[in-house]
Amino acid sequence: MQMHQTVGGDVLLDVRDLQTHFYGEDSVTRALGGISFQVKKGETLGVVGESGCGKSVTALSILRLLPRLTAKTVGGQVRFHGRNLLELSDREMRQIRGDQIAMIFQEPMTSLNPVYTVGHQIAEVIQIHTKASRSVAMARAGEMLRLVRIADPERRVNNYPHEISGGMRQRAMIAMALACSPELLIADEPTTALDVTIQAQILRLIVDLKERTGTAVMFITHDLGVVAETCQRVIVMYAGRIVEQATVIDLFARPAHPYTQGLLRSVPDRRRARHRRLPEIPGIVPSLREPITGCSFAPRCPFATDICREKTPSLRDVGSSHATACWRAEEVMGA
Amino acid sequence: MSGPLLKVENLTKHYPLGSGIFKKTIPVIRAVEDVSFSVEAGETLCIVGESGCGKSTVARLLMRLVEPTGGRVLIDGTDIAGLKKDALHAWRRRMQMVFQDPYSSLNPRLTAGQIITEPVENFERLGRRQRQALAADLLRNVGMSPEMMHRLPSELSGGQRQRVGIARALALRPSLIIADEAVSALDVSVQAQILNLLLDLQQQMGISFVFISHDLGVVEYIGRRVAVMYLGRIVELAQCEALFAKPVHPYTEALIAAAPVPDPTRARLATPVEGEVPSPINPPTGCAFHPRCPLAVERCRIDVPPLVPMADGRVVACHVRAPAGDARHLAPVTGDHPLYPVAMSDTLSIRASRVHR
Repeated sequence: MQMHQTVGGDVLLDVRDLQTHFYGEDSVTRALGGISFQVKKGETLGVVGESGCGKSVTALSILRLLPRLTAKTVGGQVRFHGRNLLELSDREMRQIRGDQIAMIFQEPMTSLNPVYTVGHQIAEVIQIHTKASRSVAMARAGEMLRLVRIADPERRVNNYPHEISGGMRQRAMIAMALACSPELLIADEPTTALDVTIQAQILRLIVDLKERTGTAVMFITHDLGVVAETCQRVIVMYAGRIVEQATVIDLFARPAHPYTQGLLRSVPDRRRARHRRLPEIPGIVPSLREPITGCSFAPRCPFATDICREKTPSLRDVGSSHATACWRAEEVMGA
Repeated sequence: MSGPLLKVENLTKHYPLGSGIFKKTIPVIRAVEDVSFSVEAGETLCIVGESGCGKSTVARLLMRLVEPTGGRVLIDGTDIAGLKKDALHAWRRRMQMVFQDPYSSLNPRLTAGQIITEPVENFERLGRRQRQALAADLLRNVGMSPEMMHRLPSELSGGQRQRVGIARALALRPSLIIADEAVSALDVSVQAQILNLLLDLQQQMGISFVFISHDLGVVEYIGRRVAVMYLGRIVELAQCEALFAKPVHPYTEALIAAAPVPDPTRARLATPVEGEVPSPINPPTGCAFHPRCPLAVERCRIDVPPLVPMADGRVVACHVRAPAGDARHLAPVTGDHPLYPVAMSDTLSIRASRVHR
């Protein structure tokens, strides 16, 4: 296990200028327009943005789970333990997936195999990565179910996914993801399909397990409330790019990008007067099929000037551990 | 105007499981159990609860898209459950529905203009010019440009589709709109646009809303009164501010505590309520929340708690927090009770319906 890193000793995953395109019949969608970020050991990094901003594509690109026929990562690097994941063979990639980097998805019903028991599916992951015997792996599957606080784990290992509730399925998914003690867990909207009391249970579980195992978590969500309660650092995505990156406290206290600001203000919040008009972000997200000149948010941005419409801003520092891709960040932060 | 616009009395819906020709008793899903509330003209009542609590079934019962097992739905004093087909058709003009999914609730083969004028054409023939004028009007009402009437749903964004869904609901100038998770599928920035639109329309046209949602942030923003449902029953019904400031029912409390707060300095990740919602096929005896309730006592396992009026006008169904017959909770008797106008089954009912505003 050599620790061959270029940027700081605590960086676990280093994504550089990642670009992913989707190919339609007569069009190319630039889903990721070159994004760079790092995940540090043991931290929880939130990735927020609205539908179509590229947050799930980021996760799938890192793990190379994109549909092969229609999508391709056309540029950039994903460095993990000194290796570029994009250059590994399929076999090497399979060894990393589920072992060092694991993922949980939004819909636990569709991501579990309906024809195998929950215990079988967790044991399978353990057997693939540790060469443990069947019985050892099954015993460990039972332990994992206890770890994720499923009541009566001895019985539940023999249940099929349809026999357990949605919240329990998501717990089983987490058990499977953590079975090989990964260094990085990518959670893509893990609580979005769940009821709010169950969501609170699952969030609590993820935070507790993260603290206990030291696993870094990349938490993809559209819900700013979930970000505020679980993450230490946040990246905000818009139209396939990172528009802001900050600690969670800074992001909520001093948003530096007009999109982040608009997003935070449009959430109904009990601390503001009720029945007053919510500040809205006018307009809609641009199509990523056409090349975008200038800042992709400029058409919806109250701060936009000529330079915004002409030149694409890149991320620049506006504070310690706080960066934004906005020409007018200083004015935005003062507003 | 006298009396509320919409009055729901002891509404109940059981769905039988299977036909059971040879069985003596057929198991039923108790989707909605003894639900009563009222909505005044121009106000918004929110119904909040988690999946399976019966909130969408209530919406369908209000529209009489499904037939109730028991209870009544009164619009301006007329029981719509008793109406024959033609009369019901006419009453439907007064209430319209907005659905959750702006993708599946619009006919993909009709243009936006055809979709929003269709409700009117159910009742009267429109000439081509009339139809265009109406469509343009309706689109302007929901903040869209009249040129959009020629677009197909597939050519509209999610937010625009939801606006078309709202325009369609407005077409017949209804007194009541039932919005079932109308903003849940939308991104927050678009959600804000649609919530603003609904508030504007209510102010301009005096429309009443029954707004069904699982999102407490949205409910708190848009509601005047809130009914919290759990497993088919209303467990608490209160003024919006009062409910969020001080929830009384332990379930309401758990629900509010569980909602993530978009403020990292206040983030607390409170110890969440344990367990999951039980099956409505075989609900727990007594209070349905008792298996998850930290306050549960013996009585909660046996008796279903009645809705008891509290001093601030709310009603709560909880043996511990709102014990029935405890006079301390009851305020002086004057006038009609705004929150719970319907007589309840026990002796409290008379007093319940006459509690001070």
